[in-house]
Amino acid sequence: MIKIENVSMSFGDKKVLDSINLEIKDGETLAIIGGSGSGKSTLLRLMIGLDHPTGGKIWLRDKDIAHMPEKELDELRLHMGMVFQYSALFDSMTVGDNVAFGLREHTDYSEKKIAEIVKEKLEVVGLPGTEDMMPGELSGGMKKRVSLARAIAFGPEIIFYDEPSSGLDPIMTDKIDELIISTQKRLGVTSVVVTHDMDSAIHIADRIAMIYEGKLIAVDTVDNFRRIEDPRVKAFLRGLYIGKEA
Amino acid sequence: MFVRFLEIIGASVLELLYFIGDVMLLFIGALKQMPVKIRVRHVIHQMSHLGVDTLPIVSLTMMFTGMVMTLQVANEFIKMGAESTVGGIIAIAIGRELGPVLVGVVAAGRVGSAMTAEISTMKVTEQIDALRVMGTNPLGYLVVPRMLACMIMVPLLTVYGDVIGVVGGWGVAKYYSGISSYVYVNSIPEYAVLNDLTGGLVKAVVFGVVIAVLGCYYGMKAPEGAEGVGKATTKSVVSAIVVIFMLNVLLSMVLY
Repeated sequence: MIKIENVSMSFGDKKVLDSINLEIKDGETLAIIGGSGSGKSTLLRLMIGLDHPTGGKIWLRDKDIAHMPEKELDELRLHMGMVFQYSALFDSMTVGDNVAFGLREHTDYSEKKIAEIVKEKLEVVGLPGTEDMMPGELSGGMKKRVSLARAIAFGPEIIFYDEPSSGLDPIMTDKIDELIISTQKRLGVTSVVVTHDMDSAIHIADRIAMIYEGKLIAVDTVDNFRRIEDPRVKAFLRGLYIGKEA
Repeated sequence: MFVRFLEIIGASVLELLYFIGDVMLLFIGALKQMPVKIRVRHVIHQMSHLGVDTLPIVSLTMMFTGMVMTLQVANEFIKMGAESTVGGIIAIAIGRELGPVLVGVVAAGRVGSAMTAEISTMKVTEQIDALRVMGTNPLGYLVVPRMLACMIMVPLLTVYGDVIGVVGGWGVAKYYSGISSYVYVNSIPEYAVLNDLTGGLVKAVVFGVVIAVLGCYYGMKAPEGAEGVGKATTKSVVSAIVVIFMLNVLLSMVLY
Protein backbone atom coordinates (compact mmCIF):
# COMPACT_ATOMS: atom_id res chain seq x y z
CA MET A 1 0.00 0.00 0.00
CA ILE A 2 1.12 3.54 -0.75
CA LYS A 3 0.01 6.12 1.81
CA ILE A 4 0.48 9.80 1.22
CA GLU A 5 0.11 11.92 4.34
CA ASN A 6 -0.15 15.71 4.21
CA VAL A 7 2.33 15.94 1.36
CA SER A 8 3.24 19.40 0.16
CA MET A 9 5.74 20.45 -2.45
CA SER A 10 7.06 23.86 -3.35
CA PHE A 11 9.54 25.05 -5.96
CA GLY A 12 10.86 28.30 -4.53
CA ASP A 13 7.83 30.39 -3.62
CA LYS A 14 5.51 28.40 -5.83
CA LYS A 15 3.43 25.79 -4.03
CA VAL A 16 2.83 22.91 -6.43
CA LEU A 17 1.17 20.45 -4.06
CA ASP A 18 -0.79 21.41 -0.97
CA SER A 19 -1.42 18.89 1.86
CA ILE A 20 -2.24 15.86 -0.27
CA ASN A 21 -3.67 12.84 1.53
CA LEU A 22 -4.17 9.68 -0.50
CA GLU A 23 -4.06 5.91 -0.07
CA ILE A 24 -3.43 3.47 -2.89
CA LYS A 25 -4.37 -0.10 -2.14
CA ASP A 26 -2.38 -3.15 -3.17
CA GLY A 27 -3.37 -4.46 -6.59
CA GLU A 28 -5.57 -1.54 -7.57
CA THR A 29 -5.18 0.82 -10.50
CA LEU A 30 -5.46 4.45 -9.51
CA ALA A 31 -5.62 7.14 -12.15
CA ILE A 32 -4.51 10.60 -11.09
CA ILE A 33 -6.04 13.18 -13.37
CA GLY A 34 -5.75 16.92 -13.62
CA GLY A 35 -4.95 19.67 -16.05
CA SER A 36 -1.49 20.65 -17.22
CA GLY A 37 0.53 22.09 -14.36
CA SER A 38 -1.89 20.83 -11.71
CA GLY A 39 0.87 18.94 -9.89
CA LYS A 40 -0.03 15.35 -10.81
CA SER A 41 3.35 14.48 -12.36
CA THR A 42 5.11 16.06 -9.38
CA LEU A 43 3.09 13.78 -7.08
CA LEU A 44 4.17 10.77 -9.15
CA ARG A 45 7.84 11.82 -8.92
CA LEU A 46 7.47 12.11 -5.15
CA MET A 47 5.94 8.63 -4.92
CA ILE A 48 8.96 7.07 -6.62
CA GLY A 49 11.44 9.23 -4.72
CA LEU A 50 12.75 11.21 -7.70
CA ASP A 51 11.98 14.38 -5.75
CA HIS A 52 11.53 14.93 -2.04
CA PRO A 53 8.46 16.73 -0.66
CA THR A 54 8.83 19.92 1.33
CA GLY A 55 6.35 18.54 3.87
CA GLY A 56 4.51 15.36 4.80
CA LYS A 57 5.19 11.65 4.57
CA ILE A 58 4.98 9.02 1.85
CA TRP A 59 4.67 5.45 3.10
CA LEU A 60 5.72 2.70 0.74
CA ARG A 61 6.15 -0.89 1.96
CA ASP A 62 5.82 0.53 5.51
CA LYS A 63 8.75 2.87 5.02
CA ASP A 64 8.62 6.66 4.79
CA ILE A 65 10.39 7.49 1.56
CA ALA A 66 9.87 11.25 1.81
CA HIS A 67 13.37 11.88 3.06
CA MET A 68 14.94 8.46 2.61
CA PRO A 69 18.63 8.42 1.58
CA GLU A 70 19.20 7.62 -2.11
CA LYS A 71 20.94 4.33 -1.33
CA GLU A 72 17.95 2.94 0.57
CA LEU A 73 15.62 4.30 -2.10
CA ASP A 74 17.61 2.42 -4.76
CA GLU A 75 16.86 -0.86 -2.98
CA LEU A 76 13.18 0.01 -2.67
CA ARG A 77 12.96 1.05 -6.31
CA LEU A 78 13.83 -2.49 -7.37
CA HIS A 79 10.21 -3.28 -6.45
CA MET A 80 8.87 -0.53 -8.68
CA GLY A 81 8.75 0.18 -12.37
CA MET A 82 8.02 3.36 -14.23
CA VAL A 83 6.85 4.21 -17.74
CA PHE A 84 7.95 7.74 -18.52
CA GLN A 85 5.97 10.30 -20.50
CA TYR A 86 8.51 10.29 -23.32
CA SER A 87 9.56 6.67 -22.67
CA ALA A 88 13.10 7.64 -21.51
CA LEU A 89 14.69 4.73 -23.34
CA PHE A 90 18.49 4.76 -23.35
CA ASP A 91 19.07 5.87 -26.92
CA SER A 92 22.60 4.48 -27.09
CA MET A 93 21.33 0.95 -26.39
CA THR A 94 19.25 -1.51 -28.38
CA VAL A 95 15.70 -2.35 -27.33
CA GLY A 96 16.97 -5.63 -25.87
CA ASP A 97 19.67 -3.90 -23.82
CA ASN A 98 17.11 -1.38 -22.55
CA VAL A 99 14.83 -4.15 -21.30
CA ALA A 100 17.79 -6.09 -19.90
CA PHE A 101 19.25 -3.05 -18.13
CA GLY A 102 17.89 -3.68 -14.62
CA LEU A 103 18.60 -7.39 -14.82
CA ARG A 104 22.25 -6.81 -15.80
CA GLU A 105 22.68 -4.14 -13.13
CA HIS A 106 21.10 -5.92 -10.20
CA THR A 107 21.21 -9.67 -10.79
CA ASP A 108 23.89 -12.21 -11.62
CA TYR A 109 21.68 -13.94 -14.19
CA SER A 110 23.46 -15.46 -17.17
CA GLU A 111 23.16 -13.69 -20.52
CA LYS A 112 21.09 -16.64 -21.74
CA LYS A 113 18.55 -16.23 -18.96
CA ILE A 114 18.46 -12.46 -19.45
CA ALA A 115 17.83 -12.95 -23.18
CA GLU A 116 14.91 -15.29 -22.36
CA ILE A 117 13.36 -12.75 -19.97
CA VAL A 118 13.82 -9.93 -22.49
CA LYS A 119 12.17 -12.03 -25.21
CA GLU A 120 9.26 -12.88 -22.93
CA LYS A 121 8.69 -9.27 -21.81
CA LEU A 122 8.81 -7.97 -25.37
CA GLU A 123 6.23 -10.61 -26.34
CA VAL A 124 4.03 -9.49 -23.43
CA VAL A 125 3.99 -5.93 -24.79
CA GLY A 126 3.40 -7.13 -28.34
CA LEU A 127 6.84 -6.41 -29.76
CA PRO A 128 8.46 -9.80 -30.36
CA GLY A 129 11.73 -9.84 -32.27
CA THR A 130 12.60 -6.18 -31.74
CA GLU A 131 15.59 -6.85 -29.47
CA ASP A 132 18.17 -5.55 -31.95
CA MET A 133 16.33 -2.39 -32.96
CA MET A 134 17.48 1.00 -31.72
CA PRO A 135 15.01 3.33 -29.95
CA GLY A 136 15.39 5.83 -32.79
CA GLU A 137 13.83 3.30 -35.17
CA LEU A 138 10.64 2.96 -33.10
CA SER A 139 7.36 4.87 -33.24
CA GLY A 140 6.05 6.70 -30.15
CA GLY A 141 3.68 3.85 -29.28
CA MET A 142 6.40 1.23 -29.69
CA LYS A 143 8.72 3.22 -27.43
CA LYS A 144 6.02 3.33 -24.75
CA ARG A 145 5.62 -0.43 -25.01
CA VAL A 146 9.37 -1.03 -24.75
CA SER A 147 9.37 1.29 -21.74
CA LEU A 148 6.66 -0.90 -20.19
CA ALA A 149 8.66 -4.06 -21.01
CA ARG A 150 11.66 -2.50 -19.26
CA ALA A 151 9.49 -1.54 -16.28
CA ILE A 152 8.13 -5.08 -15.82
CA ALA A 153 11.40 -6.92 -16.55
CA PHE A 154 12.43 -6.97 -12.92
CA GLY A 155 9.02 -8.15 -11.65
CA PRO A 156 7.86 -4.98 -9.87
CA GLU A 157 5.04 -4.76 -7.32
CA ILE A 158 4.10 -1.22 -8.32
CA ILE A 159 4.13 0.36 -11.76
CA PHE A 160 3.94 4.12 -12.24
CA TYR A 161 2.79 5.50 -15.57
CA ASP A 162 3.41 9.14 -16.43
CA GLU A 163 1.02 10.26 -19.17
CA PRO A 164 1.10 6.90 -21.00
CA SER A 165 -1.17 8.11 -23.80
CA SER A 166 0.42 11.49 -24.40
CA GLY A 167 1.41 12.07 -28.01
CA LEU A 168 -0.30 8.91 -29.28
CA ASP A 169 -3.13 8.52 -31.76
CA PRO A 170 -6.48 7.20 -30.42
CA ILE A 171 -5.86 3.64 -31.64
CA MET A 172 -2.42 3.46 -30.03
CA THR A 173 -3.84 5.07 -26.88
CA ASP A 174 -6.39 2.26 -26.72
CA LYS A 175 -3.66 -0.34 -27.21
CA ILE A 176 -1.59 1.12 -24.39
CA ASP A 177 -4.68 1.22 -22.15
CA GLU A 178 -5.35 -2.46 -22.87
CA LEU A 179 -1.71 -3.20 -22.09
CA ILE A 180 -1.95 -1.42 -18.74
CA ILE A 181 -5.07 -3.45 -17.89
CA SER A 182 -3.59 -6.77 -19.03
CA THR A 183 -0.31 -6.09 -17.19
CA GLN A 184 -2.23 -5.36 -14.01
CA LYS A 185 -4.27 -8.55 -14.37
CA ARG A 186 -1.33 -10.74 -15.37
CA LEU A 187 1.11 -9.53 -12.70
CA GLY A 188 -1.33 -8.39 -10.02
CA VAL A 189 0.65 -5.18 -9.61
CA THR A 190 -0.46 -1.90 -8.13
CA SER A 191 -0.67 0.69 -10.89
CA VAL A 192 -0.59 4.44 -10.56
CA VAL A 193 -1.41 6.22 -13.79
CA VAL A 194 -1.02 9.96 -14.19
CA THR A 195 -3.02 11.16 -17.15
CA HIS A 196 -4.98 14.09 -18.48
CA ASP A 197 -6.97 11.76 -20.72
CA MET A 198 -10.34 11.25 -19.03
CA ASP A 199 -11.42 8.42 -21.36
CA SER A 200 -8.24 6.49 -20.58
CA ALA A 201 -8.68 7.05 -16.85
CA ILE A 202 -12.26 5.72 -16.94
CA HIS A 203 -11.18 2.76 -19.07
CA ILE A 204 -8.23 1.55 -17.00
CA ALA A 205 -8.75 2.67 -13.42
CA ASP A 206 -10.45 1.19 -10.37
CA ARG A 207 -10.42 4.62 -8.73
CA ILE A 208 -9.75 8.13 -9.97
CA ALA A 209 -8.17 10.96 -8.03
CA MET A 210 -8.25 14.52 -9.31
CA ILE A 211 -5.73 17.21 -8.51
CA TYR A 212 -6.65 20.81 -9.13
CA GLU A 213 -4.15 23.62 -8.54
CA GLY A 214 -2.06 21.42 -6.25
CA LYS A 215 -4.96 20.17 -4.14
CA LEU A 216 -6.61 16.78 -4.18
CA ILE A 217 -10.23 17.71 -4.79
CA ALA A 218 -11.78 14.30 -5.43
CA VAL A 219 -11.00 10.61 -5.16
CA ASP A 220 -13.50 7.84 -5.74
CA THR A 221 -14.35 4.75 -7.74
CA VAL A 222 -14.90 5.34 -11.44
CA ASP A 223 -18.70 5.12 -11.20
CA ASN A 224 -18.93 7.41 -8.20
CA PHE A 225 -16.42 9.82 -9.71
CA ARG A 226 -18.71 10.41 -12.67
CA ARG A 227 -21.47 11.50 -10.30
CA ILE A 228 -19.38 14.02 -8.34
CA GLU A 229 -21.09 17.40 -8.38
CA ASP A 230 -17.97 19.53 -7.95
CA PRO A 231 -17.98 21.91 -10.94
CA ARG A 232 -14.22 21.52 -11.43
CA VAL A 233 -14.60 17.74 -11.74
CA LYS A 234 -17.61 18.06 -14.00
CA ALA A 235 -15.76 20.47 -16.23
CA PHE A 236 -12.83 18.10 -16.53
CA LEU A 237 -15.14 15.17 -17.27
CA ARG A 238 -16.72 17.13 -20.10
CA GLY A 239 -13.42 18.51 -21.32
CA LEU A 240 -14.47 22.10 -20.70
CA TYR A 241 -12.42 25.07 -19.67
CA ILE A 242 -13.16 25.56 -15.98
CA GLY A 243 -14.06 29.23 -16.48
CA LYS A 244 -17.14 28.22 -18.51
CA GLU A 245 -18.41 25.81 -15.92
CA ALA A 246 -17.62 27.31 -12.55
CA MET B 1 26.55 53.07 -6.42
CA PHE B 2 29.36 51.69 -4.23
CA VAL B 3 26.89 49.48 -2.32
CA ARG B 4 25.55 48.15 -5.61
CA PHE B 5 29.13 47.38 -6.69
CA LEU B 6 29.75 45.48 -3.43
CA GLU B 7 26.48 43.60 -3.89
CA ILE B 8 27.55 42.47 -7.35
CA ILE B 9 30.96 41.36 -6.05
CA GLY B 10 29.32 39.54 -3.13
CA ALA B 11 26.82 37.79 -5.39
CA SER B 12 29.60 36.69 -7.76
CA VAL B 13 31.68 35.30 -4.88
CA LEU B 14 28.67 33.44 -3.50
CA GLU B 15 27.92 32.04 -6.94
CA LEU B 16 31.53 30.89 -7.33
CA LEU B 17 31.54 29.25 -3.90
CA TYR B 18 28.23 27.55 -4.66
CA PHE B 19 29.65 26.28 -7.96
CA ILE B 20 32.84 24.96 -6.32
CA GLY B 21 30.83 23.27 -3.57
CA ASP B 22 28.46 21.70 -6.07
CA VAL B 23 31.30 20.37 -8.24
CA MET B 24 33.10 19.00 -5.19
CA LEU B 25 29.91 17.23 -4.08
CA LEU B 26 29.67 15.55 -7.47
CA PHE B 27 33.36 14.60 -7.34
CA ILE B 28 33.09 13.17 -3.82
CA GLY B 29 29.86 11.39 -4.75
CA ALA B 30 31.64 9.78 -7.71
CA LEU B 31 34.60 8.77 -5.51
CA LYS B 32 32.16 7.13 -3.07
CA GLN B 33 30.63 5.16 -5.94
CA MET B 34 34.00 3.75 -7.05
CA PRO B 35 34.18 0.97 -4.46
CA VAL B 36 30.51 0.06 -5.08
CA LYS B 37 30.87 -1.03 -8.69
CA ILE B 38 33.27 -0.26 -11.51
CA ARG B 39 31.79 -0.99 -14.92
CA VAL B 40 34.95 -2.06 -16.73
CA ARG B 41 33.19 -2.33 -20.10
CA HIS B 42 31.99 1.26 -19.82
CA VAL B 43 35.45 2.48 -18.82
CA ILE B 44 37.00 0.79 -21.86
CA HIS B 45 34.24 2.15 -24.09
CA GLN B 46 34.89 5.68 -22.82
CA MET B 47 38.66 5.21 -23.18
CA SER B 48 38.32 4.15 -26.79
CA HIS B 49 36.04 7.14 -27.44
CA LEU B 50 38.53 9.47 -25.85
CA GLY B 51 41.49 7.98 -27.68
CA VAL B 52 39.90 7.84 -31.13
CA ASP B 53 38.36 11.30 -30.83
CA THR B 54 41.46 13.01 -29.53
CA LEU B 55 44.48 11.28 -31.10
CA PRO B 56 44.51 13.08 -34.47
CA ILE B 57 44.07 16.54 -32.97
CA VAL B 58 46.65 15.83 -30.23
CA SER B 59 49.10 14.73 -32.95
CA LEU B 60 48.63 17.91 -34.96
CA THR B 61 48.62 20.27 -31.96
CA MET B 62 51.71 18.80 -30.35
CA MET B 63 53.67 18.45 -33.58
CA PHE B 64 53.14 22.08 -34.58
CA THR B 65 53.78 23.26 -31.01
CA GLY B 66 57.10 21.38 -30.91
CA MET B 67 57.99 22.81 -34.32
CA VAL B 68 57.18 26.43 -33.48
CA MET B 69 58.90 26.22 -30.11
CA THR B 70 62.07 24.98 -31.78
CA LEU B 71 61.73 27.62 -34.47
CA GLN B 72 61.75 30.37 -31.83
CA VAL B 73 64.37 28.82 -29.55
CA ALA B 74 66.90 27.28 -31.96
CA ASN B 75 68.07 30.39 -33.82
CA GLU B 76 68.52 32.41 -30.61
CA PHE B 77 70.43 29.55 -28.99
CA ILE B 78 72.63 29.09 -32.06
CA LYS B 79 73.56 32.78 -31.86
CA MET B 80 74.68 32.20 -28.25
CA GLY B 81 76.47 28.98 -29.22
CA ALA B 82 74.08 26.90 -27.15
CA GLU B 83 72.61 24.70 -29.89
CA SER B 84 73.57 21.63 -27.87
CA THR B 85 70.83 22.52 -25.35
CA VAL B 86 67.92 22.91 -27.78
CA GLY B 87 66.65 19.30 -27.60
CA GLY B 88 66.76 19.32 -23.80
CA ILE B 89 64.98 22.67 -23.53
CA ILE B 90 62.22 21.56 -25.89
CA ALA B 91 61.80 18.24 -24.05
CA ILE B 92 61.58 19.98 -20.67
CA ALA B 93 59.10 22.59 -21.91
CA ILE B 94 56.92 19.97 -23.54
CA GLY B 95 57.19 17.38 -20.77
CA ARG B 96 56.52 19.78 -17.92
CA GLU B 97 54.05 22.27 -19.35
CA LEU B 98 53.05 22.18 -22.99
CA GLY B 99 52.27 18.46 -23.22
CA PRO B 100 49.85 18.13 -20.30
CA VAL B 101 48.27 21.56 -20.74
CA LEU B 102 47.70 21.35 -24.48
CA VAL B 103 46.48 17.76 -24.36
CA GLY B 104 44.20 18.79 -21.48
CA VAL B 105 42.81 21.70 -23.48
CA VAL B 106 42.32 19.56 -26.58
CA ALA B 107 40.60 16.82 -24.56
CA ALA B 108 38.38 19.38 -22.82
CA GLY B 109 37.26 20.72 -26.19
CA ARG B 110 36.84 17.37 -27.86
CA VAL B 111 35.72 15.04 -25.07
CA GLY B 112 34.48 17.27 -22.24
CA SER B 113 32.02 18.93 -24.59
CA ALA B 114 30.80 15.55 -25.87
CA MET B 115 30.27 14.36 -22.28
CA THR B 116 28.22 17.44 -21.43
CA ALA B 117 26.14 17.17 -24.59
CA GLU B 118 25.47 13.45 -24.04
CA ILE B 119 24.61 13.71 -20.35
CA SER B 120 22.51 16.85 -20.73
CA THR B 121 20.52 15.18 -23.50
CA MET B 122 20.02 12.18 -21.20
CA LYS B 123 18.82 14.56 -18.50
CA VAL B 124 16.39 16.40 -20.75
CA THR B 125 14.93 13.13 -22.07
CA GLU B 126 14.51 11.75 -18.51
CA GLN B 127 17.08 9.01 -19.09
CA ILE B 128 18.91 9.98 -15.88
CA ASP B 129 15.61 9.72 -13.98
CA ALA B 130 15.14 6.31 -15.61
CA LEU B 131 18.52 5.22 -14.23
CA ARG B 132 17.49 6.32 -10.74
CA VAL B 133 14.11 4.62 -11.01
CA MET B 134 15.89 1.38 -11.88
CA GLY B 135 18.00 1.66 -8.72
CA THR B 136 21.18 2.68 -10.53
CA ASN B 137 23.16 5.60 -9.18
CA PRO B 138 23.83 8.04 -12.07
CA LEU B 139 27.15 9.07 -10.55
CA GLY B 140 28.34 5.46 -10.52
CA TYR B 141 26.94 4.74 -13.98
CA LEU B 142 27.79 7.94 -15.84
CA VAL B 143 30.50 9.85 -13.98
CA VAL B 144 32.79 7.11 -12.63
CA PRO B 145 33.55 5.42 -16.00
CA ARG B 146 34.18 8.81 -17.65
CA MET B 147 36.40 9.96 -14.81
CA LEU B 148 38.46 6.76 -14.83
CA ALA B 149 38.74 6.85 -18.62
CA CYS B 150 40.02 10.44 -18.52
CA MET B 151 42.41 9.67 -15.66
CA ILE B 152 43.95 6.90 -17.75
CA MET B 153 43.73 8.32 -21.25
CA VAL B 154 44.79 11.95 -20.74
CA PRO B 155 48.21 10.88 -19.32
CA LEU B 156 48.62 8.30 -22.11
CA LEU B 157 47.79 10.93 -24.71
CA THR B 158 50.20 13.28 -22.95
CA VAL B 159 53.06 10.78 -23.29
CA TYR B 160 52.17 10.35 -26.95
CA GLY B 161 51.88 14.14 -27.40
CA ASP B 162 55.25 14.67 -25.69
CA VAL B 163 56.92 12.30 -28.14
CA ILE B 164 55.23 13.91 -31.16
CA GLY B 165 56.17 17.39 -29.91
CA VAL B 166 59.83 16.47 -29.45
CA VAL B 167 59.88 14.79 -32.87
CA GLY B 168 58.31 17.91 -34.43
CA GLY B 169 61.03 19.99 -32.76
CA TRP B 170 63.68 17.66 -34.12
CA GLY B 171 62.34 18.14 -37.66
CA VAL B 172 62.69 21.93 -37.46
CA ALA B 173 66.05 21.74 -35.60
CA LYS B 174 67.54 19.47 -38.26
CA TYR B 175 66.01 20.71 -41.52
CA TYR B 176 65.46 24.40 -40.76
CA SER B 177 68.00 25.39 -38.14
CA GLY B 178 70.75 22.97 -39.18
CA ILE B 179 71.27 21.32 -35.79
CA SER B 180 72.40 17.72 -36.23
CA SER B 181 70.19 14.89 -35.05
CA TYR B 182 72.98 13.66 -32.79
CA VAL B 183 73.24 16.99 -30.96
CA TYR B 184 69.45 17.40 -30.65
CA VAL B 185 68.81 13.87 -29.38
CA ASN B 186 71.81 13.77 -27.04
CA SER B 187 70.83 16.98 -25.34
CA ILE B 188 67.53 15.47 -24.21
CA PRO B 189 68.89 13.04 -21.57
CA GLU B 190 71.57 15.58 -20.70
CA TYR B 191 69.12 18.25 -19.53
CA ALA B 192 65.75 16.57 -19.04
CA VAL B 193 65.18 14.27 -16.07
CA LEU B 194 62.49 11.68 -15.46
CA ASN B 195 60.67 14.06 -13.12
CA ASP B 196 59.99 16.36 -16.09
CA LEU B 197 57.90 13.59 -17.62
CA THR B 198 56.32 12.17 -14.46
CA GLY B 199 55.43 15.63 -13.15
CA GLY B 200 53.66 16.29 -16.44
CA LEU B 201 51.81 13.00 -16.10
CA VAL B 202 50.62 13.88 -12.59
CA LYS B 203 49.25 17.09 -14.09
CA ALA B 204 47.58 15.10 -16.86
CA VAL B 205 45.81 12.85 -14.33
CA VAL B 206 44.48 15.92 -12.49
CA PHE B 207 43.41 17.54 -15.78
CA GLY B 208 41.65 14.31 -16.74
CA VAL B 209 39.61 14.46 -13.53
CA VAL B 210 38.80 18.15 -14.17
CA ILE B 211 37.59 17.46 -17.72
CA ALA B 212 35.39 14.52 -16.69
CA VAL B 213 33.95 16.08 -13.54
CA LEU B 214 33.13 19.42 -15.19
CA GLY B 215 31.86 17.70 -18.34
CA CYS B 216 29.48 15.56 -16.28
CA TYR B 217 28.57 18.38 -13.87
CA TYR B 218 27.41 20.73 -16.59
CA GLY B 219 25.58 17.87 -18.29
CA MET B 220 23.65 17.03 -15.14
CA LYS B 221 22.85 20.67 -14.37
CA ALA B 222 21.86 21.59 -17.94
CA PRO B 223 18.62 23.55 -18.21
CA GLU B 224 15.76 22.13 -20.29
CA GLY B 225 15.74 22.51 -24.06
CA ALA B 226 18.18 22.57 -26.94
CA GLU B 227 19.46 26.01 -25.98
CA GLY B 228 20.22 24.72 -22.47
CA VAL B 229 22.27 21.83 -23.88
CA GLY B 230 24.27 24.22 -26.08
CA LYS B 231 24.96 26.64 -23.25
CA ALA B 232 25.96 23.84 -20.88
CA THR B 233 28.42 22.48 -23.45
CA THR B 234 30.07 25.86 -23.94
CA LYS B 235 30.29 26.47 -20.18
CA SER B 236 31.79 23.04 -19.63
CA VAL B 237 34.61 23.60 -22.14
CA VAL B 238 35.39 27.16 -21.03
CA SER B 239 35.40 26.22 -17.33
CA ALA B 240 37.57 23.15 -17.89
CA ILE B 241 40.15 25.17 -19.87
CA VAL B 242 40.27 27.96 -17.27
CA VAL B 243 40.58 25.47 -14.40
CA ILE B 244 43.32 23.57 -16.26
CA PHE B 245 45.38 26.77 -16.71
CA MET B 246 44.85 27.78 -13.07
CA LEU B 247 45.69 24.37 -11.65
CA ASN B 248 48.71 24.16 -13.94
CA VAL B 249 50.34 27.09 -12.14
CA LEU B 250 49.61 25.54 -8.76
CA LEU B 251 50.85 22.10 -9.80
CA SER B 252 54.02 23.54 -11.36
CA MET B 253 54.80 25.23 -8.04
CA VAL B 254 54.27 21.99 -6.15
CA LEU B 255 55.88 19.55 -8.56
CA TYR B 256 59.02 21.41 -9.68
